[in-house]
Formats: sequence, C-alpha cells, structure tokens
Amino acid sequence: MRSEMMRRKFKSRFLASLGMTVVIRAMLLALTISVSFALSVSAQVTSQRLLESAKEPQNWLMYSGDYAGHRFSALEQINTSNAASLVPRWAYQTMGGGKFETTPLVVDGILYGTGQDDRAFALDARSGRPIWQYQRALPSDIRPCCGRVNRGLAIYGDRVFLGTLDSHVIALDAKTGNVVWDTTAFDYRQGYSITLAPLVIKNLVLIGVSGGEYGIRGFIDAYDAATGERKWRFYTVPGPGEPGHESWEGDSWKIGGAPAWITGSYDPVTNTTFWTTGNPSPSNRGEGRAGDNLYSNSLLALEPDTGKLKWFFQFTKHDEHDYDATQVPVMVDQGDQHLILQANRNGFFYVIDRASGKLISANPYAKVTWSDSKDASGSPVARKDASPTHDGNRVCPGAAGATNWMSPTYDPQTQLFYVTAREQCDVFSTAPQPYEAGHAYYGSAYFPNDDAAPFWGALRAIEPGTGKIKWEWKHPSPTWSGVLSTAGGVVFTGDAEGNFIALEAATGKALWHFQCGASVYSSPMSYAIDGKQYVAVAAGSALFTFALP
Amino acid sequence: MPMIRTNFQRVLGLLHRWRPHFLKGCAAFLMFIAVTGALRAQDKNPFAGDAKAAKVGEFQFRANCAFCHGLGARGGGRGPDLTRAQKRHGNSDADIFRTINEGVPGTAMPPNGATQQGVGMTEEEIWQVISYIRSVQVKAPAQPVGNAAHGKELFYGTAGCSMCHMVQGKGGRFGPDLSTTGSARSTDYIVESVRAPSRRLAQGISEAMKEFSQEYETVTVVTADGTKYLGVVLNEDHFTLQMMDTRENLRLFEKDKLRSYEKSRESLMTPYDQKMLSDKELQDIIAYLMEVGAQ
Repeated sequence: MRSEMMRRKFKSRFLASLGMTVVIRAMLLALTISVSFALSVSAQVTSQRLLESAKEPQNWLMYSGDYAGHRFSALEQINTSNAASLVPRWAYQTMGGGKFETTPLVVDGILYGTGQDDRAFALDARSGRPIWQYQRALPSDIRPCCGRVNRGLAIYGDRVFLGTLDSHVIALDAKTGNVVWDTTAFDYRQGYSITLAPLVIKNLVLIGVSGGEYGIRGFIDAYDAATGERKWRFYTVPGPGEPGHESWEGDSWKIGGAPAWITGSYDPVTNTTFWTTGNPSPSNRGEGRAGDNLYSNSLLALEPDTGKLKWFFQFTKHDEHDYDATQVPVMVDQGDQHLILQANRNGFFYVIDRASGKLISANPYAKVTWSDSKDASGSPVARKDASPTHDGNRVCPGAAGATNWMSPTYDPQTQLFYVTAREQCDVFSTAPQPYEAGHAYYGSAYFPNDDAAPFWGALRAIEPGTGKIKWEWKHPSPTWSGVLSTAGGVVFTGDAEGNFIALEAATGKALWHFQCGASVYSSPMSYAIDGKQYVAVAAGSALFTFALP
Repeated sequence: MPMIRTNFQRVLGLLHRWRPHFLKGCAAFLMFIAVTGALRAQDKNPFAGDAKAAKVGEFQFRANCAFCHGLGARGGGRGPDLTRAQKRHGNSDADIFRTINEGVPGTAMPPNGATQQGVGMTEEEIWQVISYIRSVQVKAPAQPVGNAAHGKELFYGTAGCSMCHMVQGKGGRFGPDLSTTGSARSTDYIVESVRAPSRRLAQGISEAMKEFSQEYETVTVVTADGTKYLGVVLNEDHFTLQMMDTRENLRLFEKDKLRSYEKSRESLMTPYDQKMLSDKELQDIIAYLMEVGAQ
C-alpha cells in the first residue's frame, strides 16, 4: 500500500515536473521557431545581396562569385605564408560519370552544386553531408555534345535555378530540392541543351543554350524567377529584317549556331549584361555561310530587362576553327576606363571598352597561326590559307582553343588577369555533312597534330594594360581547370594530372598541392563558415574542400 | 553512356502512331515482335554495299574516329589500322557495331558518345561508319609476306627485341608489350617504329578523363646523393615522376628533391637500320607479331 502511495505521489510529481518541462519546451520551441523564421527570412537571397556580394565574402552567391566575373574571393585567412599547411576537410561524391564541371554556390552555410546528368544537391558546407539531392529524369535520346555536364546553379529568393541537358529551365526549392517550376526553353531533339549556370539579374533568370555542334539557332533567354514565364529571348543569329542578318548567306542563318553556353556578367551602373557566344554552324566549314556570321563568336551588351542589344564586338569573323568566344566576360575598371577583358579561345587577349564595345587592344597570349594581321581597328584577321582542307591543315590554337570555358580570374590586388592556356595545335580536315535536325553538324574533323612537340598547358598571369605575361606556371599537358584568386595573395587552379594547386599570385611560386585522383574540369571557389575559410573544387566525381588545420 | 535510340523505343514510337487502328495494330504488333527480334539480332549492316552511305560514313568517321584511327582509317599511334580485314575485336558487322557502340574495356576505345569531347552517333550513323570501313578495307586478309617462325627466332634471338619487349608473357618490360601490336597497328607503323623509333613515341598509360596518354619518353635523373638513373617515363605530373630504369626497376621521385631531371623525345630504342635488320628480317618479325596478334 505504502509503496503504491509513494508511487502515485512520485508519479504526480513527475507528471507535474513533466508538465513544466513541456511548457518550457513549448516556449523554447516557439522562440526557436521565431528565431529560425527570422533567420530564414534574412537568409533569402535578395537582388540587393546579389548586387553587394562583396559585402559577404563568406558566401559565393553566383557562378563567378560576383557580377563582374572576377572569380576573386576577398577571404584572406589562407595566405602565402600558411597555404602550405592546407588539408582536405571533406569530399562529396556524386557517383556520376564523365566530367564534373560545377562551381558550387554557398549561402549562409549551405553549399549548392550540380553534377553530371543534371544532378543538383544542397550540402552542409561545414561537413559535406547532403541536405537534399535531385536528379532530373532525362529523356534517353538526348545527345548533348562534349559530355553530360552542368556548370552550376543560380540562387535568388529561396530558390535555385538549373538549366538542363534536355533544354529546360527549372526552379528548385532551396530548402527541399522540390521542383517549383519547369519551363521548356526549346526542343532538345533539335540539338539544344543547357549546361551553364544561369545568371539572376533583378527578378529575372538569364540563361543561354549549347548546341553549336548541331546547327541550332542560338539565343539568350530571361525567365521570371517567380513563375518561370519567359520574359524575353534574344536570338544570337538575327532573323530577316534585323541588323546583321545580311552577314549570312541564303538560309544559313536558320542553322547558324552561335550558342551562348557560358554565364555572362552584369554592370549595374549602366544596367548592361554582357554575354558571349560560340561558333557559327557548321563549326569548321565556312562554305555555304559566306559573311561575318553575326553574332557568332561575339561579346554582346544587352539591356537585361528587355534583351535589347546595345552593342556587339565580334572576336572571330566567319570562324572555321571552332573559336567560341564563350569565356566569362571580366569587367575591370582602370582609372576612368571601364573595360571588359577576355582571353579568347582564338589565342588573343582582348581589352574592350565597356561603354562602346570598341576594341582597345588584342595581343596573343598563346601560340597563334590562324591570324598574322590585324584590320584598321586592331582586330586580328584570319589568314586566307588557314581553312580546313581535305587532307588536313595544321592550325594553332587547335579546336579546343588557347583556352575554353574554364574561368579566368582577375585579382584586384595584383591587378593581374590569370587564365588557363592550352598549347595544342590541331589538324583541321573537311568532312562536309548535310544538315539533319538533332544530328552532329561540324563540317569538319580535327585531331591533334602530335608529330611535333607534345602539347602542354600553362596558367598565365597577364598584365591587362600591356597584354604581357608576367609569369606562367607550366602544366605537363593541356588542362581544363579554371582559376580562383583570393585576397590572401593565393591563386588556385587544377591540372589534367589531378593536382589542385595553390600558387603565389604575385610570382607564380608553388605553395601547396593536393592529388585529387582525376583531372580537374571545373573552376574553384572559396567560402567561410564560423570564421574558417574553405576552398572547393570538383575533380573526378568528387567535390573536395580544403582549409587550414 | 551510349546515346543510342533503342529498338524498344523505336517500336514504341511506331506502336504509338498505329494506335487508332487497333485491330490492324494488334496484327502489326505481333508482326513487330518478330521484326524487333530480327532488329535486335541484326548482324547485317542495312547499308551494306551502299556507296552513298559509305560516303556519309566517311564524314562521320572523320568527325568521330579519325582522332585515333587516322583520316583514312589507316591507324596511327593511338588506334588500330581499320583497313585490315582482320579486326582484333571481331570481323562481322555485328562485332564492329558492338565495338563502336560499347567500346573495348581495358583499351583507349571508348563507348559511343563517351569521349567527353564530341557527339555520339545514332545507330544509323554507326552503320554508315561500318559501310565506310568496309569500303576502305582491303579485300583479302593481309597475308604476311614474311616467315613467322623465323621472325620468332629473330625476336627472341639475334634481333634482340625480347630484351625490352614482351610477347605473351615472355620477354623484357622496358618497352611496350607487343602481344597485340600485330593486329592493332599497321605494318607501316611497325616498320616506322623499328626503323625510326623516335618519330612517333609509343603510348603508355591512359588515365580516365585525361585527354592525352603518356608516351615512352626518355628521362635522366640525378638524385640528391648524385646517383644517376636513365630510363623511360611511365607517368608524371608537375610534382612527381614514375619511371623504369634500364634495369627494369621502378623508380618513383618527387621532382623538387632531385638534383636534376631531364626528359627527351629521343627514344631509348636503337633505330634498326638495314645492316642491323634487313627488310626481309623485319617482315619476318612482323609476320610473327601478326600471327601472335591474331590469337
């Protein structure tokens, strides 16, 4: 009996205390909810945050890190004196095959990346543990050129945006990975695909298409971030009645190519977005498309709200060597000069006035044989005998270019432009094909000319004012890694042999390297959590991060 | 991943078109089961002997295959000579289709569409390429002009090939294994490799995702303690070197710890001139390599 009473007493006391605990817990929970709610509201990525990305160097809010395309991190914890002690922090395996080209975004401790076959994922940026994973159910008959790749996401509000290999633009909820909207950009069966990271300007999601190997008609689109509705389309090949249409022979404009497959930049001061375009189709055969073939291989200045063209600059006219201009346009101000810098696939480093599109200078930064003269404006002109021939014509740079889509970086501290250069010449031979929708349409074959010296590559530091190469870091073979510069005076790049490398920005001296186990086909980035700086790079099927111990 | 429209999808597409005519469709479906079976088991090129298809196939070949197999399908340092009637991975249309579509595991031959640089081919385009290969293929299997038995004697004897090269597990390790060379390389290529080994260095390791294979370059290193090693590069990156010295020892180095390090594209293989090896003797060795390669 007594024990029964005691038990009851104990039980009632226990229940009372439990009741109090519940009350306290509920209060705490309410507090937590309101706090986390406030946090989630403040964590939304607004247009203002995108404009002022420099104010939050712990985050990486867009593909190139900022609207200027600098791929520069203001974080300085990792510097020239401690970079030698960098260690891996974590790796995330996508388990996808083929090239892994993503540059992840980091917003308030969460890392958002993409992988092969249109994977997307959100990770705890401190531990690498996945929060959500998404993979698009792709049709089995997509045939994208050059690998089933994706280079990254854009973020705005509480959504991330993905362009897909079957040519859709989709919005995913940033917290769950759920599809919020899904808009078809074009019919993938005609050779259109999307591989680039979109660029968000105000409330619009800007993307361009890939497909220069299929005789597409290229375009740049803007979608309403809220609804997925397309707000404008700028065709990179002008139609009848539009200026530039006369630069195409007959109906060749209909399959003229000029895809826009690398992310653009944005100048909020003049409200201008800069995009670059790829080769005319077929990529290596000029017959049948006499003329300059506008706006292939061009830099376009567009009004972001309407897609209206302000000006253009064409790097390679009537291209026959696949010299896509799809390198991120880098905005740099020097004194009162507002410039765009571009190390072009055709081997020249261009400096262009950002207001007018006028060429200021063009100097070779790699071996060039396709051009040996310049026109009155200083723009390189193709040699008459550089065209592909039936038995093959050796031309430098080769079809993969003196550089390619991998990002360069501009370091405002050293005021140097760093770019991955490829020293590879190719033999271009003709292979005329009839156009057939959705089928490869190159017009030529090219393969490395390996009778001469072997191919190699280099990271080159260019002085924008003179075009002179201040230093270079040699790669044993041509590489597809982009470059990151940081305020710690360290630049990061990778190589085809699988090394991820830290170099002194001022001199090119090696500070540190790590063997990732497979070639680097991506452009690195940097972020910080809890005051700790991380550097991230995709290699093989893994995303690696590094930090000081 | 091969990006090929499957027969299954093709049939589905056709069925879809036929749906309004249900009864007719049922009959057709049964018919198509039969046809599908035939398609799946298809071992004949639908464009066999079609000169126009061969011409289209030539362009496809140039765009997709010439990178390794050469403009005229005559092979090169990377890929085999495809003008030979004898193909290492099968001679029938079905065999060649499979080789192109699925690649050859363990070799540099990738599955269709997985080269990471270009575009894959459709089924139809693969058949066109096969038509092209047939059009340039020599009619009769290449008859070795030499005496294989004598070639074997030379290989393991006075010619000294086996000092550095292995065939079917027997011989040296310093140069490339030649067990499959007879079927994988053109006669011209083998002759050039013997007469002028430095003109085109043999290919070594191919790493996944790396565009270019390592070549048999010559390397001389001097270690910090002054020891000198001469050998071939097995692999290297900016920081390290993996080599085999002339005594077949694997030597692994960090480059910055070496006193000196020098590479050369002058092969360590002696160029065999007529005095060292007559044309007749060389043909005998090639006959031996072809005989072994066909096994």
